Amino acid sequence: MDWTLFIYKTIFLFLILLVTLLVAMYSTYGERKVAAYMQDRHGPNRAGPFGLLQPLADGLKMFMKEEIIPLSANRTLFILGPSIAMTTALLTGVVIPWGATLTIGGREFSMQIADLNIGILYVFAMVSIGVYGIMIGGWASNNKYALYGAIRAASQMISYELAMGMSIVALVLTTGSLSLHDIVEQQHGMHWNIFYQPLGFLIFLICAFAETNRAPFDLPECETELIGGYHTEYSSMKLGFYLFAEYINMFISSAVIATLYFGGYNMPFIDQLGLSPNIVTMLGTAFFFLKIFGMIFLFMWIRWTLPRFRYDQLMNLGWKGLIPLSIFNILATGIYYYFTELK
Amino acid sequence: MQALTNRSKVVSDKKMTFLEWIYIPAILKGMSITLKHFFKKKATISYPEQRREFSQVYRGQHVLKRDDEGRERCTACGLCAVACPAEAITMIAAERKPGEEHLYREEKYATVYEINMLRCIFCGDCEEACPKEAIFLTDRIVASEYKRKPFVYGKDILLEPLDPEMRIDVSARQTESVLKFKQNKRFAHNK
Repeated sequence: MDWTLFIYKTIFLFLILLVTLLVAMYSTYGERKVAAYMQDRHGPNRAGPFGLLQPLADGLKMFMKEEIIPLSANRTLFILGPSIAMTTALLTGVVIPWGATLTIGGREFSMQIADLNIGILYVFAMVSIGVYGIMIGGWASNNKYALYGAIRAASQMISYELAMGMSIVALVLTTGSLSLHDIVEQQHGMHWNIFYQPLGFLIFLICAFAETNRAPFDLPECETELIGGYHTEYSSMKLGFYLFAEYINMFISSAVIATLYFGGYNMPFIDQLGLSPNIVTMLGTAFFFLKIFGMIFLFMWIRWTLPRFRYDQLMNLGWKGLIPLSIFNILATGIYYYFTELK
Repeated sequence: MQALTNRSKVVSDKKMTFLEWIYIPAILKGMSITLKHFFKKKATISYPEQRREFSQVYRGQHVLKRDDEGRERCTACGLCAVACPAEAITMIAAERKPGEEHLYREEKYATVYEINMLRCIFCGDCEEACPKEAIFLTDRIVASEYKRKPFVYGKDILLEPLDPEMRIDVSARQTESVLKFKQNKRFAHNK
């Protein structure tokens, strides 16, 4: 067994876990700040300088709250729900290439935990399992509002996963690979996939909003109709897990979008500067995170701009809008490559 | 029907054009509006550090004034209590003993002077009624409390401190026109 690699991977795994949690934690802070700024307010600014300790205070509050499991709820499933939501949210980060390779002591270390040759499929699998967290939680609560929320979440995810998958099919036609590492490597320089697949990107983006249950598609947790949706009966840190999982999902889907469409860790004009490879890798990772933060900001920006969809509008958009559009996208891409390959 | 303002728009359910139908231009427009607000000046004032400037004639917590030599001006005539529409003011009068001339300006003074801040409506009728220029409303805010009792302010809170440095400035409310109005013999309180 290669112990150096094993230790490196273990450290890197924990590092990614830590970074994911940290980013998700400060996304809650960022969300509140962005919301406040867009509404001409200051946002949290009391806990620590600029309110930077607010996420810690929120977390502490969640832990101190009374833990309630309703009598009529199914205890096992009730606890399983938020656990699944949290775990699957964290698992997706494994296949994302966070950077190129680092050369330490003559050995090359990839800044990706697992370079699966079916990386995209893995992401999809994890996202699909994530629905179970919401569904099981809503079902186990034994509360009609929670169940409504869970049903909405399930049907919404199924509808939008189709369009999302088909937009990825078109992307795979252009890249010819399912491995996220290869997809990023192909986008070297300014050959970002968004320029080759603008329609696919738009479809993927809309579906990503729906998959992460973010506004304007946050019907499963609609306060006005469903009180709180699937997490109506949840309290304390179990509720915290659900809310936190949403932010992790947002971070991970931003990372996936940046990887698939914005060139991942590729930085334009970096080769011309003549820097040492390790520095280039570091800069690339920093640039990748910049792209991710940009995407997270877009998520928040949309949330605080658009009102929530009505349920029939949501289904209309998914089945009658995005799916035909993504099929058209696949056809157009296929036809284009058929004729260009012929020459 | 006549329009009330020129801002009204006639609603129609005509068929949407393609651009309207795909919604994206409308979404971008909305996003540009929110982004504009992102950089706008905030309307909030961070209260304890930053305070909004009060109006010159703001009517807040009362003060019982002393004269230049530090003697209490109030003579416990009770005109303020009579004028008070909320019946918030009560007082007990006492006669000045020989040797107390440095404490009280008039021969009669108030041993107890209480204003119930929960009853008070801060109308300012008390200061208008006062013939001795003894009571004024200031720009101070009445502090919040947990119980009802502490809201009955006695002389310990209302009376201004002796120290000339700590005197409470009421010049904004004690303008010349106010003085003239108070000294006008036509009004009942000066007869």
